Formats: sequence, structure tokens, C-alpha cells
Amino acid sequence: MSPRPGFVLETDRSTPPTLMWNGEKFGLQQLPTGSRIVYAPEPFDALNDPEGAIRDALNHPTGESEPLHALLHAGMKLTICFDDISLPLPPMVAPDIRQMVIEAVLDQAAAAGVDDVVLIAALALHRRMTEPELRHALGNRVYDAFAPNGQLLQHDAEDPENLLFIGETPHGEEVEINKRAAESDLLVYVNINLVAMDGGHKSVATGLASYRSLRHHHNPKTMTHSKSFMHAPSSELHSANWRMGRLIKDSGIKIFQIETTLNTDTFPSNFSFLQKREWEWTLRDRAAYAASSSALSLAPTKLARNILQGIRAPHALRSVYAGEVEAVHEKILEDVWAQQGVRVEGQTDIVTMGLPYISPYNVNSILNPILVACLGLGYFFNMYRGKPVVREGGVAIMFHPTQPEFHPGHHPSYIDFFEQVLTQTTDPEVMHKEFEEAFATDPWYIHLYRTGHAYHGVHPFYMWYWCSHAMEHLGRVIIVGGDPKSVRRMGFHPASTLDDALEMAKDVVGPSPTLTHLHNPPLFMADVQ
Amino acid sequence: MKALRMERRPTRFVAAYLASTFGSGRGAGVGPLRLGDGPSPRDLGPGWTPVTPLLAGICGSDLATVDGRASRSFESIVSFPFIPGHEIVALAERAGIDAHGQAFEAGTRIAIQPVLGCAARGLALCRFCQAGEVGRCGNLAHGHLRPGLQTGYCADTGGGWSDGPLMAHQSQIFVVPEVLTDDEAVMVEPMACALHAALRCPIDVTDTVAVIGAGTLGLGVIGALNFLSDAYGLARPHKIIVGAKYSHQQRSAKDLGATDVVEPKQLDRAVRAAVHAGSMGFSGHLGELSGGANVTFDCVGSADSIAQALRITAPGGRIVLVGMPGKISVDLAPLWRREIELIGAYAYGVEQLGDVSIPTFDLAFEFVVAKGLGNLVSARYPIDRFEEALAHAGQAGSRGATKIVFESSRSTKHRKDDA
Ligand SMILES: [Zn+2]
Ligand SMILES: [Zn+2]
Repeated sequence: MSPRPGFVLETDRSTPPTLMWNGEKFGLQQLPTGSRIVYAPEPFDALNDPEGAIRDALNHPTGESEPLHALLHAGMKLTICFDDISLPLPPMVAPDIRQMVIEAVLDQAAAAGVDDVVLIAALALHRRMTEPELRHALGNRVYDAFAPNGQLLQHDAEDPENLLFIGETPHGEEVEINKRAAESDLLVYVNINLVAMDGGHKSVATGLASYRSLRHHHNPKTMTHSKSFMHAPSSELHSANWRMGRLIKDSGIKIFQIETTLNTDTFPSNFSFLQKREWEWTLRDRAAYAASSSALSLAPTKLARNILQGIRAPHALRSVYAGEVEAVHEKILEDVWAQQGVRVEGQTDIVTMGLPYISPYNVNSILNPILVACLGLGYFFNMYRGKPVVREGGVAIMFHPTQPEFHPGHHPSYIDFFEQVLTQTTDPEVMHKEFEEAFATDPWYIHLYRTGHAYHGVHPFYMWYWCSHAMEHLGRVIIVGGDPKSVRRMGFHPASTLDDALEMAKDVVGPSPTLTHLHNPPLFMADVQ
Repeated sequence: MKALRMERRPTRFVAAYLASTFGSGRGAGVGPLRLGDGPSPRDLGPGWTPVTPLLAGICGSDLATVDGRASRSFESIVSFPFIPGHEIVALAERAGIDAHGQAFEAGTRIAIQPVLGCAARGLALCRFCQAGEVGRCGNLAHGHLRPGLQTGYCADTGGGWSDGPLMAHQSQIFVVPEVLTDDEAVMVEPMACALHAALRCPIDVTDTVAVIGAGTLGLGVIGALNFLSDAYGLARPHKIIVGAKYSHQQRSAKDLGATDVVEPKQLDRAVRAAVHAGSMGFSGHLGELSGGANVTFDCVGSADSIAQALRITAPGGRIVLVGMPGKISVDLAPLWRREIELIGAYAYGVEQLGDVSIPTFDLAFEFVVAKGLGNLVSARYPIDRFEEALAHAGQAGSRGATKIVFESSRSTKHRKDDA
């Protein structure tokens, strides 16, 4: 039986209250009658034989590419790069898909007699992964075989010795990527496509790039011209990565791209009510909801965070393609849309979203206020094709406590960004001109990025630029339950309840607004007609 | 004569100390400070003029005394009972001669430079007093006056927190230029302290300066650094980064020329970013910075503020202690390892600005006018309401205030020519 597609419910008086994420908590929220709730499609079934599917993809490549085994030979230099801790969300139950793919690649490399193999986590400007995180992504066998000999590396965008300048695109974009990867006879990239912006040329052109290279597309101009960056043809971010990727290809770097999609089976069985439609909750779901929501709301934030960050998603492999970058990515995007697409008729005046505890940038960490903004306005807002779910000049209402709390080891420059930049300006253009460089070149942030587990100094700027399309499009952003000082500092409006927020929204969109709630996660992409 | 008097009554000091744990200034009601009628100070002879206060400020050292928190090191240089109040603008009751040797008429408005050095005590001038560095005088307990480091701590002179008169010595008298309002004139003494502190260590145009605290003295130091470069061509530091707790303090700090103003707990991070330093540790938690400010002005003087100063001052840098510290416990290992100089800054004297030497008080007259520092006077109280006044002063920051003063009915709020 195939799973049910996404669904848009129109609420009436008999509709039960809807589940609303609120950081480390969740609750039930009654939406006004006549609101629409967008539900994700149900998770696709897992592949029966994932190992077989992976082998098959390696042996029968997509696009203009030889099979992997034909590209491997003794004496060659092989580099396997893989997506980092930001994917998937939540982290998946072991074995991680990266482990399965990399083991298959290593099998073939061993059979071909390849000795010079290096694994590189494609961090871009993200934080370095910890040993347990690497072990989780790669499995103990791979970790123990490579890490002790220095053959397991994490990309360092600030190591001039290990970066190679490739050239400039016709648009003048400098391309500079990891030297070992660029100088290898073959670069195998192992990707997880959780959302439609992942993968393709972005894997190498972004994941293995330096700040010098990234700044050409991670800036306010590119981000406001990506409508949305989840939809390739309308995304300037996508176009820039594609120009860079083609330059990399033309420079003679040989890439064998392996992309995967997972199904949207996001929560383990004790939390499975989180991905069900509320009127279909069984007695068991209701009991699980009651127990977990009250436990989480009674628990101190730190404990609640530990509980939730401990969730491992039962994500299963849904599809895998390997071969030439663009051909592979095209196939993968079809699968992502098939799993995540939901047809939504027309735009709405107000969009509501419950923001959960996790985003790509706070796995095992804290969703600080800047990441709150990015999760709502950067990610959820941009999960559309065609037009945003909310009309231009409309209002976004998000639920999150938005406490001014930061992980000092992971997000040191975020603290200064919050205190020193957001107190002066919330305008992406202004901060890009006046503050970005000082943060990007700050030696302490660079030191913490290179030797600790800190995001690069410039990263909070990128998170803010991510929001620029939404901030330009929306008439107002309201955060229900958000710490008033933090919310105001970001240029948003705090509200204590949904009713208050709706009153505030009416000042902007008029007296009888339409409302659409994004019941997210599990993730979906709105196809707005 | 009605006055607030401090008496030597140990039990009352203890009571005040206990009360002050509920808030600075709370010692007023239970402590050794008493409002009442008593004898006026006797005439102290040639060179002394009786004067009547118009306004008299309340400063941090006064609050410490009222609350029984003052350092015991002052015990030998105060005499009881004394009338507090050393930030004074007053009217001369008689004609006399001022510190510059100029004659003035009865009714002239004067500011009192309160140090009671050798000249006031009828002694041959010590080497500091000879050089005009009266603040450093070592004879504060000798001569024909009873002990007292300043007017406001001496049993013989009277003090500002009274209806008057009090006695002012020629060496203490500075005629207030007409252009100053009373509010500006009462700010002259604390602003002279701020100028003196700002001049306690040389500053270069490439320097980053950190200022901890933005009460009267902190704001004064920020203003002084800017005034000295505007008016006297001294080097303007590259950056003045200020840790200020309250929003009115943050605004004033900006107005007076701070380049960066942050909340006090963010000062470490702001200094780190400004000088591109790192932290001595490896985590994202800031401890001691690897570099830091060239000069830090600590305008608080607490164990926490000195510890912060030691974290954020560059190795080889200097810390100027502007706020009055007491007996506190601070780990000085960073001072030792970082070879930081800790510099005291007390009172005033004569400042050397290039070829010019100028009494700090004369410089302060220019300073308060140039920077409009009369605005820092937030509230005036008659001495009858001293408990309220001291409570207000004790919580000045949180109540949106900077300087609280006692006023007599003869003071006006206007400039002379506007009136
Ligand atoms: Zn004082
Ligand atoms: Zn002397």
C-alpha cells in the first residue's frame, strides 16, 4: 500500500487542536476555524535491500559516467568526501546512510587495490565533528581504520596550505576548494539529500570551499534573489553553485557523485504521534503525547534538550543514484519532491509555524535566537516552489521561547553577533558591509573553528542572510512565547499567546485574515499554485 | 546650625553596615549619620573664609562611609564628629583671597577643592604640596586642624551637607566662572577627579581603552579623554569601549564619546573583538584574553571589576583604579604574569599638559562647560530628606540617575544670564 500524499486540512469546529512545536516543548494549539493546516506526505516505505541498491547505483551510474569500479585502480589517489553533522535531522539510527555508502565504496576500492584513500568531512564553515559524531556517521570500522592514520580529515576552510585556487567563473566568482580533494585522481562525494537545496554541485563547491569562495554566493544579494533557494530554477544560490561546479569539472577534477534520499520517517515509535494527523491519534498516541509533553514542560530546559537531542530518527534509505553530478542530482530532486511535495492552493495572509528544538546548525547543541530566526524564516519559509505560502506583506507567526542562550563552544561568534551587531542593525546589507569582514577574519574565531568545535566567525551572518528573502517579503514577524528582549532585538514582535499574535497581525493584514499552519516536521515542500 | 553629622559610634557603624547589605545608602537611617542642630565651625583664623553651600554632591565614598563600608585605612585621617560633603559649590560669606591669590567679594560663588593639605593646616609645604600635588600630601593628620583628608571628613571645617557655614581655606577656594550653572559647578570636584584619572597614564592614538562602570566617574573619564584631545590636542585613543549597565548610562557614554558601549558582562567580548585577541583557553568561554586593552579605567573598584580589568587588560598594559576600592579579595596572578601596572587615581592637583601646567580644578571648569556635565545632576534634595537622598544615590543607576545632590534654597537651576 503506498503512503498517503500530503494533505491540506481546513479546520472546522470539530477539528481537534493541532500539535505545535515550541523549542524543547510542544503543546496542542486550537487554530481559528477556517484555518488551513498543511501536513507532510506520509513517509515512503524503506528500500528492502539498501546495500543492494547502493551496489547497484555504483555499478550502473547515472549520466555520463563509468561505473565506480572502472574508475578505481591501484596506485591512484582517492578522496571520499561526505556531508557533515548538519544532515540528516534528527540524526538517524545507526547504521547511518553515509556509513553504508562509504563501506560499499571502500569495498570496491580495496578490490581494485587502491591504498591512498582519504576521507574528508565536507564542513564548509560548519563546526568540526566530534569523535562520537564521526563514529556515528561512519561506523566504528571505518573510523578505526582511517582516523588513527590521519586519513580521516575534516575540511578546513582556513588552511591556506590545504586549499587550491581553481579559477574564476564567468561571473568573477573565485573558486577555491580543498586541495587533497582537488588533486585526487577521483573525488567521491557521499551526500544526503534531506531538502531540495542539498547536493548537486553545492556538495563540492560549497562543502569543500574556503571563505574567499563562499562569500560570492553566501551574501544578502544572492539570498534575496533565491525565491526560494529550495527551488533550483528560481535560486541564485543554486545558479552560483552550478557555475562554480562546472568550472571545477572543466578544470579536470573528476567527481563521482553519490546522492541519497531518505524517507521522512522522522520520529521513533515513542514519539511517533509527532508525525501523525491529530484526529488519527490512537489512545496510545494520546497517552504518549500526554506523558512526553508534560515531562518536557516540567523538565528544566537543559534536561529537555538532552532528551530531545538524544532522538535518533528511523529515517530509511529511499533512493540512491551515483555518477555524473548534474544527472544524479536531477533524479534525486524528483525523489525529494515526490516524498515532500504538497500542493497548496493560493497564498495566505498569515502563516504559523511551531519551531522545534533542532536545525541543521545545532545538532547536539542549542538553538540560539539567530538560529531560531533562520529555522523559521530561512528554512521553513523557503520550503516552497512557485510562491511563498504567505503572501507578500503577510505575517509569519512562529512559536519558540527564543531565550538568549548560546552554546559557547559551538557558536562563539553568534554571541558577539547578537550583542554587537544586532544591537546596531538588523539589515543584512548593512551588516554585510560594516561588520562581516571583522567577524570573518577574527583570529580567535578562526582558531576556534580550526581547533575546537566552533562554527566559523562569519556563520551567524550567513544565517541572517538566509532570512533576508523572508524579511523582505513579510510585513511582520511575531514570535509567540519568545523572550521579548531577544525577539525585539532581531526586529520581530513578541506575543504571549496566539490570540495576541493574531490581534497584532490584524494591524498588518486587515481584520479577517486567512491563516495557514505548516505542520512541520516531518519536512514538506509546498507547491503553491 | 542644621547639619548631617557623622559620629564615632561603633555600634552604629555596624548597624549601618548590616542595613547596607539591603542596598547602598540604606545605612542612612540606622547608622552614625544624624540630622540635627549643632555648633557652627569656629573661625580657623587668617586665610579661612566662612562659606554657605548652595549644592553639595553625594559620592561613592560618602555612601561607603554612611554604610560603614569605608576602608579602615581612613581611620587615622578623619576626625569625629564631622559633617560630610566634599563636592561643594558655595557662596562666600566674606570677602577673601582665592587659591590663585586673587581677591573676591562677599557673595562670590566658589567651588571648594576639598583636600586639607599643608597650607590649610598652617604647615610648611611638604614636597607634594609644593608641587601642587595636594592629593598626595602626607600631613593630613597634622598641624592646627584635627585629622581629615578633605573637607567633609574633618571635625574642624564643617562640610557640604549642612545649612552652613563651613570654613574654606584660601588654598581650597576656586571662584566659579559666571557662565557655569550651579549644577555644573557642583560637578567640578568629581570631574576634576575624572580628569586627573584620565591623565594618570599616557595614551596613544593606537590605544584601545576600556572603561568599567558608567556612573559619575566612568562617564567623567570617558568625557575627559575626549575633552583632553578636543581642547588640548592630547592623543585620542583609537577606541573607548565602555561596560555600562543601564540604558541612560549607555546613552550618556555614547554622548560623551565612547566608541563602543556594551553591557558590563559583554565587555570582555567587546574588548576581545576590538583588539583581535583570543582567549587564553581553548573553549568558546572567555577567560583571560590573550591581548586586551592598553589601558583600563576601573571606575567601580570592586573585587569583580578589578578581576575583570585584569582579564581584559593587555600584557604590559595599565589599569587605573578610579573607583574607591576597600578591603577586597582579588587573585593577582594575572597581574604578575601579564606584567600589568595597577595605578591609583585619587583627587587632583596640578596637571601638566605639554608645556602648560594647570590646576585640575581650573581644567575642570572648562571641562564641565564644554561637555555640558551639569546634565549629570539628576535630582536635588533638601538635607531634611537625607534618607531619601542617600537611598536615591545608592540606587542611582537602577533609578536612571547619575549624581544626586543636596540643595539649599539659595541655589538656582539657571544660568546667571538666563535668570
Ligand atoms: Zn567624591
Ligand atoms: Zn602637604
